[in-house]
Amino acid sequence: MKHLIKKALILLCSFFVVVTATFFLMHAIPGDPFSQDKAIPQEILKAMHEHYGLDQPIFIQYLKYLKGLCQGDLGPSFKYQGRLVQDIIRDGFPISGYLGLQALVIALVGGLGLGSLAAFYHGKWQDHVTIVMAILGISIPSFILATYLQYLFAMKLGWLPVARWGSFPQTILPSLALSAAPLAFIARLMRSSMIEILAQDYIMTAKAKGLSSFQIFLKHALKNAFLPILSFLGPLAAGILTGSFAIEKIFGIPGLGSWFVQSITNRDYTVIMGTTIFYSALLLLCVFIVDLLYCWIDPRIRYDNDLS
Amino acid sequence: MLFCRLSISVMAILALCGCSSGRKNSHLPKGQEIRFNIHAEPPSLDPRKSTDLTSTLLIKLCFEGLTKINQDNTIALNLAERLEISEDKKTYTFFLRDALWSDGVPVSAHDFEATWKTILSPSFPSPFASDFYLIQNAKEARMGLVPLNEVGIHAVDDKTLVVHLIHPTEYFLALTATHPFFAVPRHVGEPSFFSVGNGPFCLKEWKHYQNLTFEKNPKYWDKDVVKLEKISCFLIEDENSELAMYENGEVDWAGNPFSSLPLDAVASLRKKGELKIHDYAGVYYYIFNTKLYPFNNVHIRKAFTLAINRQLIVDHITQFGQKPAMSYIPPSLWHEEKAVAYFKDHAILEAQKEFALGLEELGITKEQFPKITLTYNTLSSHHKIAQAIQGQWLEALGVKVELANREWKVFLDELQNHQFHIARMGGVASFDDPMTFLDLFRYLSQSNNYAQWTNPQFSKLLDKSDRCTDPKERLKILKAAEKLFIDEMPIAPIYFTSSGYLEKPYVKNVFLSNMNDINLKTAYIEAPH
Repeated sequence: MKHLIKKALILLCSFFVVVTATFFLMHAIPGDPFSQDKAIPQEILKAMHEHYGLDQPIFIQYLKYLKGLCQGDLGPSFKYQGRLVQDIIRDGFPISGYLGLQALVIALVGGLGLGSLAAFYHGKWQDHVTIVMAILGISIPSFILATYLQYLFAMKLGWLPVARWGSFPQTILPSLALSAAPLAFIARLMRSSMIEILAQDYIMTAKAKGLSSFQIFLKHALKNAFLPILSFLGPLAAGILTGSFAIEKIFGIPGLGSWFVQSITNRDYTVIMGTTIFYSALLLLCVFIVDLLYCWIDPRIRYDNDLS
Repeated sequence: MLFCRLSISVMAILALCGCSSGRKNSHLPKGQEIRFNIHAEPPSLDPRKSTDLTSTLLIKLCFEGLTKINQDNTIALNLAERLEISEDKKTYTFFLRDALWSDGVPVSAHDFEATWKTILSPSFPSPFASDFYLIQNAKEARMGLVPLNEVGIHAVDDKTLVVHLIHPTEYFLALTATHPFFAVPRHVGEPSFFSVGNGPFCLKEWKHYQNLTFEKNPKYWDKDVVKLEKISCFLIEDENSELAMYENGEVDWAGNPFSSLPLDAVASLRKKGELKIHDYAGVYYYIFNTKLYPFNNVHIRKAFTLAINRQLIVDHITQFGQKPAMSYIPPSLWHEEKAVAYFKDHAILEAQKEFALGLEELGITKEQFPKITLTYNTLSSHHKIAQAIQGQWLEALGVKVELANREWKVFLDELQNHQFHIARMGGVASFDDPMTFLDLFRYLSQSNNYAQWTNPQFSKLLDKSDRCTDPKERLKILKAAEKLFIDEMPIAPIYFTSSGYLEKPYVKNVFLSNMNDINLKTAYIEAPH
């Protein structure tokens, strides 16, 4: 319990550092939220800065932002008139989250399956095929794969729609494109971890006791081989659930991913802050959950911490 | 006061609209829906605030101005039924027609007065306030020096709007056709976006980052000529996805003006005969920082301008039939077919002569010529053009120019702080008059005068054109100003803009204007998709 409280406090401090660093870094980059190719006269620019409180000293702006944040107010978007940052997150996150979850399931099921298969058939053709697939999955950028999937399944075969969001068929291609890289990575991790586990003495013992390969895999190997994947799963989940700029752009998905990039391009300060805060909060939460799961899966960690 | 009356007959306009529409609604197939991809989420559908292209195009579906620009580039009355202009051309009296907002409330002159004065209010965040500075006391009111009721905008009654200008402004009626001069409904207050409009369509649904749906406005004053029942706008940012959707029959239009076609696909689309090209009033150019050595020397500026091979750029890089620009103002703004060429394209010998003259005046040799940087914002077409011109300058003048690719806001920051030697710039006419481009360089204090170029004679010519009440004489003065501008070459014009689009054969009567606006008022679908 003490360990958990300590961990939570560290995460809270990290969160505060992220908020502060993002705020000051964001204001340090050149460019004005209201600048455009046809420059607007100084007096009008001044009035717009006053309207959004950008004329005040940076530290006052920071304190006001922190006050708003404590009250759950992330402010209005400078670029998208009449839209609040919390509305942007509320609308975008469920979509990115749904797509991300679907991709995460594909990546986990596919990655664990392929990785285990390769480990069981270590050195055989199944292993080689998995390695090639993993290398391809990691090295082909998601936007190339997305375009190819569009070409094949939407344009050539006509099975699925090219883009847009709203129905289940429209989620299939983006989920596949989004899951390819993590699937390949999980497969590789699982393969090496499983090979190591399968060479352990307790697996030999289990074999000697006459357990079937499937029983050994399910009861003794899987849980232990899963540990390295678990540490990767925290950041992966946070990343994949908050959406991908490239995939959302290609498939026209109204998720959160594109806001991360566009808010910076637009110097939309409140959206930059809102999306970063949301992402870091989610990331820290995922890391915290993974820590909890670690303790549950591997009692040694729990005991080590108690001892220390 | 003596009044000269503009005799634009409402009947004539109605007849014109009727002719262009071509056929009666009863003969059209049911399900009159057109589907576009609009590429980006409109940041605002408020005519007082929107500066981006997508919002502007969508606003024009739902709102209309006192005047409008016809297909043949002439100005016609629109929400104003009648107009009186005082003899000194400084007082405009608009008489509004019987028109309704889409919720049934009458459109009033007070709506226009309130909207325009809101824009001029010191606390209102509108980037367009300076567009109104030609109205008496507008600038003073914006700066908080006089109260808003002293601004020369007065609604005499519900149907009469009187506007007092500082000086006669020939293009004022072109300005009233632009979206900052549209009215918003006073009676709905300040919503986050306006679903009530006075145009042919009204916003039915807006799913952020997903789609927008517009439906025919049943209260529109000219509703009989409107045939489309629904306009669906999808938001797919990727140009290749848009093209794939067009080819799959998921949208009826692709490319300009909402988006652009992928450059890699242009050749094959042209070969298939599907590509359509639209020329509009825009120009792409490079600006010289005329306050910075060595571009403070006119001969050096001329040398760099003359050495560019524009034909090669439009043929092999931009590919949408753009025309090489050897002048500054697009020909359509002079109401001319072909642009005047004030110099020859790719005139290497003249460029070398000018370069030698420039070096002599600066008292340096070619080897002592400073390191030059060409700055542009991140976009593959800007990069390709910059690379081509870099090679042309090296070949013609022996000068190696460095390329500086900047992220958009950083680029704007450097422009506005004049931290560049040469920078990319381009623009589309905001209103249908050469002044839209010439005015950018009128004074050194002008916020858009990135070149920091100034010439008292040029400013005098523009001031003279302001006072001129004879339209032909005025255009002559503006031509003289353009000639003087090109003689000094604070910019290197490269090409006049045009863009490509794809339109399904069953889509009829969609018009693109000289300002690259899309007009769907009389559009219809010939066969259901």
